[in-house]
Amino acid sequence: MTTTKSNYPGLNLGAAHGDDHEAAETAIFGFWIFLMSDIVTFGMFFAVYVTSALNTAGGPGPKDLFSLTSVAWQTGFLLVSSVTSGLAVLNLKHEHSQSQSPRKWLVFWLLVSVLLGIGFLQQEVRDFIDIAHKGGVPSRSAWLSAFWSLVGMHGLHVSVGSLWCLVIVMGVLAQGVIQRWKHAIMSWAVFWHFLDLVWIGIFTIVFLRGLV
Amino acid sequence: MTDTLTGNLTWDSIMIVKAIKDPNFNTIITANAAAMIPVGTVLIFAILTWTKYWKKLFSEWITTTDHKKLGIMYVIFAMIMLFRGVVEGTLMRINQAGALDGGMLSSDHFNQLFTTHGTTMIFFVAMPLIIGLMNFVVPLQIGARDVAYPVLNQISFWLTAAGGSLITISLLIGEFSTGGWSNYPPYTGKVINPGVGPDYWLLAVGLSGIGSTLTGVNFSLTIYKLRAKGMRFMRMPLFVWTSLCTSILLIFAMPPLTASIIMLGLDRYLGFHFFTNDLGGNMMSYANLFWMFGHPEVYILILPAFGVMSEISATYAAKSLYGYKSIVAATMCIAVLSFTVWLHHFFTMGQSATINAAFGIATLLIAIPTGVKIYDWLATLFRGRIRFTTPIIYLSGFFILFTIGGLSGIVLANPTIDFQVHNSLFLVAHFHNVIIPGTLFGMLAGIHYWFPKSFGFRLLESYGRVTAMLWIIGFCLTFFPLYPLGLMGMTRRTVDYMDPAYQPYMFVAGAGALCLSAAFVGLLLTIWRSIVHRKELAVPLGDPWDGRTLEWWTPSPAPEWNYAVLPEVDAIDAFTLAKERGTAYAPVDKYTDITLPPSRYYGFIVGLLAATMGFAIVWYIWWLAIASLTGIVITVIVYGYLPQCGHVIPASELAEADESWRRRARAERGISRDEETAVSNQGLACPDLIPTP
Repeated sequence: MTTTKSNYPGLNLGAAHGDDHEAAETAIFGFWIFLMSDIVTFGMFFAVYVTSALNTAGGPGPKDLFSLTSVAWQTGFLLVSSVTSGLAVLNLKHEHSQSQSPRKWLVFWLLVSVLLGIGFLQQEVRDFIDIAHKGGVPSRSAWLSAFWSLVGMHGLHVSVGSLWCLVIVMGVLAQGVIQRWKHAIMSWAVFWHFLDLVWIGIFTIVFLRGLV
Repeated sequence: MTDTLTGNLTWDSIMIVKAIKDPNFNTIITANAAAMIPVGTVLIFAILTWTKYWKKLFSEWITTTDHKKLGIMYVIFAMIMLFRGVVEGTLMRINQAGALDGGMLSSDHFNQLFTTHGTTMIFFVAMPLIIGLMNFVVPLQIGARDVAYPVLNQISFWLTAAGGSLITISLLIGEFSTGGWSNYPPYTGKVINPGVGPDYWLLAVGLSGIGSTLTGVNFSLTIYKLRAKGMRFMRMPLFVWTSLCTSILLIFAMPPLTASIIMLGLDRYLGFHFFTNDLGGNMMSYANLFWMFGHPEVYILILPAFGVMSEISATYAAKSLYGYKSIVAATMCIAVLSFTVWLHHFFTMGQSATINAAFGIATLLIAIPTGVKIYDWLATLFRGRIRFTTPIIYLSGFFILFTIGGLSGIVLANPTIDFQVHNSLFLVAHFHNVIIPGTLFGMLAGIHYWFPKSFGFRLLESYGRVTAMLWIIGFCLTFFPLYPLGLMGMTRRTVDYMDPAYQPYMFVAGAGALCLSAAFVGLLLTIWRSIVHRKELAVPLGDPWDGRTLEWWTPSPAPEWNYAVLPEVDAIDAFTLAKERGTAYAPVDKYTDITLPPSRYYGFIVGLLAATMGFAIVWYIWWLAIASLTGIVITVIVYGYLPQCGHVIPASELAEADESWRRRARAERGISRDEETAVSNQGLACPDLIPTP
């Protein structure tokens, strides 16, 4: 096995990809920088959530509203989706250094990831509706405002990520596995893992902490 | 009642209609200012049509992805907004001069004035100035052809412009916030303030904030990855260092602002309870979030100015910068410390004395690296062969005034003293005393310094010097009286006062504000007279000031491709070294084709749609907001699919342009520093060789 210089954090395309690998240095590194900014945004929502965690203002609290079963399903969907997105990137790295390789596995793993993402969203929306029915609307208390906006922000990110993945699949099918879609897949995968990381924070701080 | 088609927008929302229905001094002043928008727009359209400039405007400016042109557009945008900011500031000071027992302005009008003045000056003057200068200078100084993401850079600019257009439109349609530039809830919440003012603030600042975040990503990436061969970190020019720190601050400091804007927006639009008085809301979260952005923001604004000061002190003293490493270390220290002091903006808002003390000490610490820098620049000038040009006048003003401003900051950093003078004019004097001599003087000095590189001719020294003196004197007259006024107990943001002892100081400040207005006119005159005399001022060979860094190593104005052959670097002052060796203009063996980013419409479309979306949200026109947002998403997706081929410049064209420049530089005699401001300065410098100690 040859050792190549790693140009940016995470899985690299590798020298076999030639120019695409070299150009990825700037493209993917830039995306990492953007994520640093994004994680600060999430950090602010977490901070406000924690400071208002007790401000239920006489309204319903975590124990009245959360369903751990549904949250477990959501976590499962998201984590498995992270694995399948990793499989998509591995397929990209090993099978697509030449442009003529068949695309079906790459597309398959991407679609599986996005389907799991949509499964997550479906569960989350159902939860939100359920919570609203139990009187947990965001305008009820500061805690509910913080809860809806933090979890909603994450959900919005997952929606954007799903849309992005579908755009990539269309692009790969229409234009082939060319440089821009390689970089897009790499960036998207980093984004997808990042959303898992944020979800683990939400799972721990919002749901587990709320139910103990 | 909200109409589906037009939302909350009615004829009465338009300021001019309001003034006709209820004519009084305040509405007429505002209506006149508001009328400048349609009149100005019609005038600009007429001029563009008359001079047949439309096509050129689109093909060369609006669609450009060239970092130099974007930089110039940022600065022009900042100048337009500066006009508004200066007029508002002057209006407030003149009102105050006669405001004993009630002035000419109503309190609501006055509140809008200080809010728009602050918001405009910070977000739409200071930020575009620094980002504009970074755009123009950084890629040139690191020896690159453009930034890492040219289209993203274009989008950043048009988002900033979208924010600026919203704050401008608020003058004509509706009103602006009255909550100060920090827009504190619960005062700006829906319960107390149901009007459109705070919504305009949220959207204007929010959109430009997203633009600034993207700029931070783009420029830190550019500086990390696109430096010239051999330019290690410790060989980067100081302006690049400070731009890097500013970019890093933008990445980390803008998100708290975005978060606070989203939360306040949710409070106002969807009845959330983040910062309300009831149901558990806590406005302290807003104060913390806002100043977690707000304090680093101060350093976002000042660090590039420090970079400019470093460049001009070395260049105009003809010496290499004293203590390069210590300035770099100080810059980094300031960048890190800037995140540890935000609480000093609200010492009086209920923390324990221990917490206040900790933040007070952290604040005092920042004075140390700042002091290091001031001494380094002084030492750079020491025994240098200084030419007393316009940038050096700004630098001198900066040295004295910025130090005074910094010292008053140290006074305020002590919580016990802050309790006495907080919310008084002492504070207003302090922050103007750092932002004007710091950021504004730095940027004006930078504009003088790099102007020949952007347009190919120098700015007139005669006008420039008078203007610089006007800024300095105007600043002193306007803001020094505010220190004693603050100590006498006059609070900030008050429309009138009852103590006659205040009035003499207010007269002086009012006169100073007129002087500052004259300085702004002087700035415009400097540019206009220089354009008239551009033939005599031309410096086509590119190095009018005996520059030390890479950007002077190319013709002026800088060609579209920046460098025909990318430079290589083996020292801090790479260009000076090449001149000393006599190799600066040696012939080049081989030219290769260059691919440059082509013109694109994406940024303009995204900016236009974002402005429309912002306006629609302010007025609750939901169909339009959703349509614009969808439009933005579609534009971004289309950008993903369309071919991204560049625009190729053939080697032959490059060779022709570059060789003729080099030939001419080798043939000409060059000028000594004594002739720097004379017609004979064609941009070829005979270096003053002061041996480096």
